Amino acid sequence: MRRSERVSTSFGFLGVGLFCLVFADLSVSTLDPWQEMARMARGLVTPDFLAVDRLGEALLQTLAFALLGVALGVVAGFGLALVFHVRVVRWGCAFVRAIHELFWALLFLQMLGLTALTGILAIALPYAGIFAKVYSEILEEAGPRAADTLPAGSGIVSAFFFARLPDAFVHLKSYTFYRVECGLRSSAVLGFVGLPTLGFYLESAFKQGHYSEVSALLFLFYVVIATLRLWMRPRLIPVYLLIAPFVLAGGAEISLDNIVRFFTNDIVPYPLRSADVLDITAWTAFGTWTWELVADQALPGIVATLVLTQIALVGSGVLTLVFFPLVSRRFLGPVGRTAGHAFLVVVRSTPEYILAYVLLQFWGPSMLPAIVALSLHNGAIIGHLVGRFSDELALRPDHPRGLDLYAYEVVPRVYGQFLAFLFYRWEVILRETAILGILGIQTLGFYVDSAIAEIRLDRAMFLIVITALLNIAVDGLSRAIRARLRLATTPEIQ
Amino acid sequence: MGNFIRNIALSAIVSVSFVSAALAQAFVFTAVPDEDEMRLRQRFDKVAVYLTRELGVKVRYIPVKSYAAAVTAFRNNHVHLAWFGGLAGVRARLLVPGSEAIVQGYEDRFFITYFIAHASTGLRPADGFPAGIAGRTFTFGSKGSTSGRLMPEFYIRKHLKQAPAKAFARVGFSGDHSRTIALVQSGAYAVGAVNFKVWANEMKAGHIDPAKVSVIWKTPPYPDYQWTIRGDVDTVWGRGFKARVTRALLDMTDTDLLASFPRKGFVPAKNSDYKPILDVARSIKLID
Repeated sequence: MRRSERVSTSFGFLGVGLFCLVFADLSVSTLDPWQEMARMARGLVTPDFLAVDRLGEALLQTLAFALLGVALGVVAGFGLALVFHVRVVRWGCAFVRAIHELFWALLFLQMLGLTALTGILAIALPYAGIFAKVYSEILEEAGPRAADTLPAGSGIVSAFFFARLPDAFVHLKSYTFYRVECGLRSSAVLGFVGLPTLGFYLESAFKQGHYSEVSALLFLFYVVIATLRLWMRPRLIPVYLLIAPFVLAGGAEISLDNIVRFFTNDIVPYPLRSADVLDITAWTAFGTWTWELVADQALPGIVATLVLTQIALVGSGVLTLVFFPLVSRRFLGPVGRTAGHAFLVVVRSTPEYILAYVLLQFWGPSMLPAIVALSLHNGAIIGHLVGRFSDELALRPDHPRGLDLYAYEVVPRVYGQFLAFLFYRWEVILRETAILGILGIQTLGFYVDSAIAEIRLDRAMFLIVITALLNIAVDGLSRAIRARLRLATTPEIQ
Repeated sequence: MGNFIRNIALSAIVSVSFVSAALAQAFVFTAVPDEDEMRLRQRFDKVAVYLTRELGVKVRYIPVKSYAAAVTAFRNNHVHLAWFGGLAGVRARLLVPGSEAIVQGYEDRFFITYFIAHASTGLRPADGFPAGIAGRTFTFGSKGSTSGRLMPEFYIRKHLKQAPAKAFARVGFSGDHSRTIALVQSGAYAVGAVNFKVWANEMKAGHIDPAKVSVIWKTPPYPDYQWTIRGDVDTVWGRGFKARVTRALLDMTDTDLLASFPRKGFVPAKNSDYKPILDVARSIKLID
């Protein structure tokens, strides 16, 4: 019974995705991609590590921002997880994690300038929101049995440390480890807005068509991600965290005036900025301002964002089912799996922006490159997680082989976990639609980016809040669906 | 570690006056990243060396990623002088009362945007606005660019009587001028708008295939790039500092330095030179 409900939900989402395709512009219009493609291909096979100035520095900065950002997020998130039952905390966390790291970075740039704190907070803040939620779920699901055996009158604190935490610790650790990889990706991408990480040079090189430098930077990043398990040892973490602040030292100084100005002037809607509280004309102008923003940007932005998200969600699901056998013990030997891992590392570590640009060259501007880029990126991430999960399955000695094994044994058994991952990723895909402005797709993120480019932070803030609310709605829906299908609320990450 | 802790402590409690007193003040400048960002640092580091010598204070260049980042850094007093495009300069001066446009490039008095089209469109060069671009795909450069966004959008609205999003099948923002050329050359976009200096540079570098992409219209001239300086520099670096910066910029005659802009030379400028840009930006509602 339960399984059929999962299947019908899947078909429901497939239906919504197909319905959205009707509204998506998928035209193919490129004429001559080959000249640029040939240059890219040449660059790819001739990575030039010497051409990038400050390559080592960029790498260190990427690691330092990621580690400090995630560490701060872990500490804050853990603290918040303990009081997650308080409604204000829950809402606050939902809000901060609903905003893409890039937008946090852009906001902090306004307040703090190009400082280390900007980069650290841009990662730490949304991650704290995510950690708080996931940690609290893990702690909740930790078996109550240990706690039940405690003598009556045990203190809350000792009960927590001796009964609840040990049981949940393995899960907390594996989830945190997974987020470090995400943190590295986030840190690299922060370079796009000016922090001195790999993304800074990657974006410049890519924009200028210096593809040998692009491939050098990408290869370096792939190696960092692929070898994460080797160097990310629990024992070494304190060492890394001690070194990281030295790597980030320097930069502009922080001024309180700028922070105050941001809150008291910049994000106050323009018509109200210098007006009296009782000034009727200012409030009328504010009404017009709000209405224009809603009608011209927010509503069309929401439609485009949702259409793209729903199609990319289905695309990610389909690609996950294609990708996960590539890294699964159940289907491939060590050699095949290594190749599969390499492939998935490349696909999930290449920023979506670059995937989209390459596809834009092939197909011209439409929603098609965006859909495929988002599906590839997320399919590779979930495929990696589902592949690992499938390794844990115990099979009977007389299990079927090949396609039968895939279709009748493994997929049905991993399906619940697969859906849990996918729904969990839903809000992430929604956030990622933000950074595809080059394709001329006017998602909410496109309008936020425009407002920031025009230094209209009041508009940017208004649209960011709408984006966050949309994210919270999707998150709530995803939670409700997962609960209904009795999927694990927290995906199990080994 | 010391620095890190200091940053955190500062963010919480200390005000700007303390910070500026505590740190030796370098005079910092930036430039809008309009093309070949990879080389900007090398080129402007040379300009920093020149200015350090001329002004007798430590001058530093910091690279930024976007037009908005350049304006924000100027506004936050993290940079004190900037090589802005027309629109970025107007925005910056509105945000920082007392700041002034002091010097512009010789060519910036009559800057031009080229409309370029892929050969398959069949569009030919003409004297009048190419109305045939309506309904095709179109890419601007950066959202905050004067030559890649503001002026082309102004002429599109004027001649096609519609917002770009309505006038074209799809509107993209390539991010910068070199990218605009690459995207139109590959046919990813049918038409685009590009800074005439960058077009000439890319042509010289052999990146443009005239059989695939060509200029179909040139806008009337408008004022563009300029050096803008904050109004409070004299209080920090002493009386007459602004005048000395102006002099140093005007005296820049070394061809190697000028090639970084690239400009023939520099001439004096004033805020009112950019009134037309402000008016255009207001008319198409890019500035409140």
